[in-house]
Amino acid sequence: MKPRVLLENKQLEITLTRLCYQLIEVHNDFSNTVIIGLQPRGIYLAHRIQKLLEGILKKEIKCGDLDITFYRDDFRKKELIPNRTNIDFIIEDKNVILVDDVLYTGRTIRAGLDAMLAFGRPNDVELLVLVDRRFSRHVPIQAKYTGLVIDSIETQNVKVDWKETDGKDKVTLIDK
Amino acid sequence: MSKLSVNHLLGIKYITKHDIDLILDTATNFKEVINRPIKKVPSLRDLTVANLFFENSTRTRLSFELAQKRLSADVVNFSASSSSVKKGETLIDTVNNILAMKVDMVVMRHSSAGAAEFLSKKVNAKIVNAGDGAHEHPTQALLDAFSMREKLGDLKGKKIAIIGDILHSRVALSNIFCLQKLGAEVKVCGPKTLIPKYIESLGVKVETNLRKTLEWCDVANMLRIQLERQDIKFFPSIREYTMLYGLDKTLLDSLSKKIIIMHPGPINRGVEITSEVADSDQSIILNQVENGVAVRMAVMFLLAGRQ
Repeated sequence: MKPRVLLENKQLEITLTRLCYQLIEVHNDFSNTVIIGLQPRGIYLAHRIQKLLEGILKKEIKCGDLDITFYRDDFRKKELIPNRTNIDFIIEDKNVILVDDVLYTGRTIRAGLDAMLAFGRPNDVELLVLVDRRFSRHVPIQAKYTGLVIDSIETQNVKVDWKETDGKDKVTLIDK
Repeated sequence: MSKLSVNHLLGIKYITKHDIDLILDTATNFKEVINRPIKKVPSLRDLTVANLFFENSTRTRLSFELAQKRLSADVVNFSASSSSVKKGETLIDTVNNILAMKVDMVVMRHSSAGAAEFLSKKVNAKIVNAGDGAHEHPTQALLDAFSMREKLGDLKGKKIAIIGDILHSRVALSNIFCLQKLGAEVKVCGPKTLIPKYIESLGVKVETNLRKTLEWCDVANMLRIQLERQDIKFFPSIREYTMLYGLDKTLLDSLSKKIIIMHPGPINRGVEITSEVADSDQSIILNQVENGVAVRMAVMFLLAGRQ
């Protein structure tokens, strides 16, 4: 089957802006809220959201990158390359928004919740994803903020490209 | 490829440059982990590791044990002095008895060269060599390379001098293999009697003059005189050795450039290196110790990742 484009350029921008306003609705001026993007692909979304929020709120928003390789439950089943963790703040008593590009089985997020605790005990944790592949969860995890909810089957993949690394903003559904 | 090419870490000789790079890169991630408020990750929570030390050690053993605990592995410790080895049990029997208690990985130090390799062929567990006689000490070489890389960047073309008791040193041999695989130039320096006869066949340069060596190198790795392995006298006296091969502040300051000073420990202060030099800002001896935990975490994590 031909790859199907789910979101692109302007559409994606509108979705991201919508997500930002949803966040502001709950977190007001972000005085006690931080963003944590999950490595390797969630960090681009996290930093994009951070920039948009900074533009809207005219203030600095804290955003970190979290690598979860050492917390995965499947590290012996496939090849995994660790990435950099870069969180220069403590999340103790903060509201944390975990950010990833695609929510599929939920296992990455589960590992992310574990990994995050190494940086303190947050007051509240919420999940933001760009694409939610519903009906495919292995663990009871749901996102509070979603860019797009799709139905997909196991043989399909959702690919998210970012301007920063791939030259364009694009979300496509492809067959494996 | 993000996996090691080997199932055991027996020596640097048996691994590739890719393996070394992979271990050092992974260690960078673990160094960040051990500097967090909570220094522990659950990667090896389903593994049991036995530390078998048939020879004395403080640093290496502690470093391995900390690395294992920070990876959440279960750890059992064993030292020859308090075991049935004294009652005449063979190495394989000892290890097989330990493995019968469901141990997945063995970290071993032994006074015989080749002990780790021998064991890897006989028993069904992953083996990490923590020093076998005067043969190899791979994790020390890896942490030395990691510490040098932190200071100097890529080691390709860098000049590294290994100074002291080369003959009895497993650190020297592992370092030579490791540094050469990473593209560095290696020179050994010490009294003729403490330099192995055929060491040049490994592609290293030999120099007997300390000052010339120090002027040449970017990094000087000072080794201890291993009196416990010397059954005959290799030099007239410790005092004479110190006069000719000891590094003091005056000599260090008289060099035309600032070199990095390393030492694998334990230091004999006042013999191969004075206190002033060991504690100077050019010395990265304590960085080496810190990096040791990260590097050993990386080694065990990567070995455990292999089926």
